[in-house]
Amino acid sequence: MFEAIAFYLFSFLTITMFFIAVTTSQALYALTALAAGMIFISAFFFILGADFLGAIQIVVYSGAVMALYAFGMMFFDTTRDVKEKQGNKFIIVGMGVLAAVLVVVIFAAPIVGDNIVAIYPMIEGAGNTQEVGMVLFTKYLVPFEVAAVMLLVAMIAGIVLAGKKMDLSLTLTSDDKIEEDENNKKVLL
Amino acid sequence: MMEIGLNHYLVLSTILFAIGLIGVMRRKNLLLLFFATEILLNSVNIAFAAISHYYGDLTGQMFAFFVIAIAASEVAVGLGLLIVWHKRHGNIDLETMTSMRG
Amino acid sequence: MEMFLYIALFAPLVGSLFAALFAASPKTLVAGVVPSLLLFISFVASSILLAYVLQTGGTIHVEMMTWMATGNLYIPFGFVVDQVSVTMMMVVTLVSTVVHVYAIGYMDHDKSFNRFFAWLSAFVFSMLILVMSDNFAGLFIGWEGVGLCSWGLIGFWYHKESATWAANEAFIMNRIADLGMLIGIFLVYWNTGTLQYDQAFAVMPSLDTEILTWMGIFLFIGAMGKSAQFPLHTWLADAMEGPTPVSALIHAATMVTAGVYLVVRSNPLYDLIPDVGLFIASLGAFVALFAASMALVNRDMKRIIAYSTLSQLGYMFVAAGLGAYWVALFHLMAHAFFKALLFLGAGNVMHAMHDELDPFKMGGLSKVMKGTFIMMTLASVALAGIFPLAGFFSKDLILEVGFIQHHYIIYSVLLFTAGLTAFYSFRLVALIFHGEERYKLFGIHPHEAYKFMLIAMSPLLILAIVAGAMKMTYFEMVTAVLPATEYHVHSEITYWIMTIGTQLFVIAAIAFAYKKYALSKVDVPDGSSDMEKSFIYKLLYNQYYIPHFYENYFVKPYREMSHAFWKEVDLLLVDATVDGIAKFIYNTGENTRDMQSGNLSTMLKWMVAGTVALLSLAVVFALAVRYLGV
Repeated sequence: MFEAIAFYLFSFLTITMFFIAVTTSQALYALTALAAGMIFISAFFFILGADFLGAIQIVVYSGAVMALYAFGMMFFDTTRDVKEKQGNKFIIVGMGVLAAVLVVVIFAAPIVGDNIVAIYPMIEGAGNTQEVGMVLFTKYLVPFEVAAVMLLVAMIAGIVLAGKKMDLSLTLTSDDKIEEDENNKKVLL
Repeated sequence: MMEIGLNHYLVLSTILFAIGLIGVMRRKNLLLLFFATEILLNSVNIAFAAISHYYGDLTGQMFAFFVIAIAASEVAVGLGLLIVWHKRHGNIDLETMTSMRG
Repeated sequence: MEMFLYIALFAPLVGSLFAALFAASPKTLVAGVVPSLLLFISFVASSILLAYVLQTGGTIHVEMMTWMATGNLYIPFGFVVDQVSVTMMMVVTLVSTVVHVYAIGYMDHDKSFNRFFAWLSAFVFSMLILVMSDNFAGLFIGWEGVGLCSWGLIGFWYHKESATWAANEAFIMNRIADLGMLIGIFLVYWNTGTLQYDQAFAVMPSLDTEILTWMGIFLFIGAMGKSAQFPLHTWLADAMEGPTPVSALIHAATMVTAGVYLVVRSNPLYDLIPDVGLFIASLGAFVALFAASMALVNRDMKRIIAYSTLSQLGYMFVAAGLGAYWVALFHLMAHAFFKALLFLGAGNVMHAMHDELDPFKMGGLSKVMKGTFIMMTLASVALAGIFPLAGFFSKDLILEVGFIQHHYIIYSVLLFTAGLTAFYSFRLVALIFHGEERYKLFGIHPHEAYKFMLIAMSPLLILAIVAGAMKMTYFEMVTAVLPATEYHVHSEITYWIMTIGTQLFVIAAIAFAYKKYALSKVDVPDGSSDMEKSFIYKLLYNQYYIPHFYENYFVKPYREMSHAFWKEVDLLLVDATVDGIAKFIYNTGENTRDMQSGNLSTMLKWMVAGTVALLSLAVVFALAVRYLGV
């Protein structure tokens, strides 16, 4: 019973938050709503017994990703309301709903047909984190490493794109040059 | 009603996916478009985790895990590009980004 | 021998194409001389073929190439030179050569000189295909070809509205008749399975008489159009709008005889259906009288000669209808010579009188134009059928045929028409060449035509005089393929009474014409005399009001109907549909243009739309497979 209450409560909250994120005209409200929604989604993961995943959700999504968005927002003028010329509401809503339903129907068809066989079954007794660890570092090792490389690449890309004065390298120029630039700067100022 | 089954989670996932799609189609500000994309990814994660739970299979959680990783890197790169664009053009409104004549 | 066949056939085509190269350029003499030379070569080849056929009695049959070979239908481009076709070839090439040389002089001052020879030689080529072909399809190709060239030549001076109208009338009337001919050809193929003459005629005796009757009737309808039998006759008189050499060649000697040729060629068919033959003969007799009556009062020189042609065509059909095919062909040959000569002489007169056509405005030209006077007089004598010129042998023979077969009505009609023919021919000659010189009132200064034109006309004159002597040679040659009935009146006395009686009757008519028009005073009629006001005169002068009738009851309603069809059906239905399709496609393009506008939001919407479409298709097909077992 608790499960049911929790499910309905969190689902209501999630849907509300995401709805606000999609329809509001203020960027800051959208950001906040999105962050809240992320947290509530982690609640779902905990209900489903995917503890590791829930923790990851909070740390990565609501922590890192939302923080990234917040920093990104600082670059843009957020006091202005986002003016949007609206297209045809019926088409948009209709197509969205239709697409969603179709996607789920297609991918749930095997479930309805009872065709699912577990490849990596859960082991009774072990905690979720242990199980995740066992599967992740044995069967999914290569994707794990590749994901790590990808994160590295993304980080470097982020730095290059957003950073200032990237052409000047402190570690490669000689000490004399640095002294000279410092003096020049003092003279100019 | 009380017994939460897989169907409930799938319905929830559908609703969230629809909300995400509507946001993608509706938003004209690029940043807010990215928010909608995040919603899409999250709805899919819920579906994966739910199926994984009800069939006792860990594959769903693994997939969700990797989706999160990819989403994070995608946000990093996307935001970086957005910042560069903003520095160059001063705004990130979709309507101003059309250079093709229709 | 086949080489001569091909030379005779294709030389005119080469001439035509050569002249066509110059069609848009100003007049150059070589564009007239070369086609004439090539036609002369064709004539020589025809003569060699004639000599061969005469000596050996053999036929030359070639198949140049296959035209259609589909299913059971096999039609080749085949040509045959037998006794009938070699006669026609001789006539056609001889008269064509003479007319070509004459036209070099006649069209001297015309700026479309080159184009004329292109059309004229093309006509000769089509006519040769018509007479030399060995199957009905080739005949039809030639048939249509001569119709087309006739159109081009009648409407040669296309700036004149009356000329273009006459050309269209000729072509359309021919086309109406061609429908009948096509049905006839279809019937032949359907019942005999082949269009080759020899094979089709071999099958025909075993067919049902009713089918044969229909075949004969429909083929004759085609002949009616081409040979201007009633009621499709009005085009022949109007065709005089074309230049005189055209009238001489086409509307005297060759094209209008194509109908007679068809009946002669199909003689195995018409022998099996004598009732249709009787109808043809009766119609021919009627046309002979009908045309002669209209020529009595006409005041247009060329039209008088045109009605004369029409009348003589009636004679030919009488002979063909009564089964005397060789007689019909013989009259065709003789008639070609003297009628062409008459037309060419009239051309000389026209040129001398600056294109004046009313004989009442001429007179006394014998003093100025001696050569033309002699030629036209002798041609008229031949036409009237006076012994010993050519017309006597052919026309009197037809009268005998009618008498012997006990068709006394036809005989008397033809006899009376012979009298009328003599009268109006000499009325024309008397008005033009005798009497006082009325042309001086109109300030015209006539002069004779060029010497070489007269020299070109002379072969026709000679043949008009001597052709009768060739009758026996001709008879022996041509009866190898035609029925060899000899027509002899049973008792000698009857024969002599008939012949002498006919001659006296004709001579009396000639004397009457001379008395009225050469010896008494003739004024230019201006509509005030009693005769002109009489009903009969008006009836004949207006051609029995038949063109008037056709114009009001056929042409006008058809034009109205066409206009209505254009406005209501074509514009509103057909054009609207075609434009509608174009508009639809254009609008589709307009509306999907914003797929490529570069707006990310629009593109995302299209992406979702596409995904929805594909997914729905996937679901639908999966369900169909699952539940319908497709």
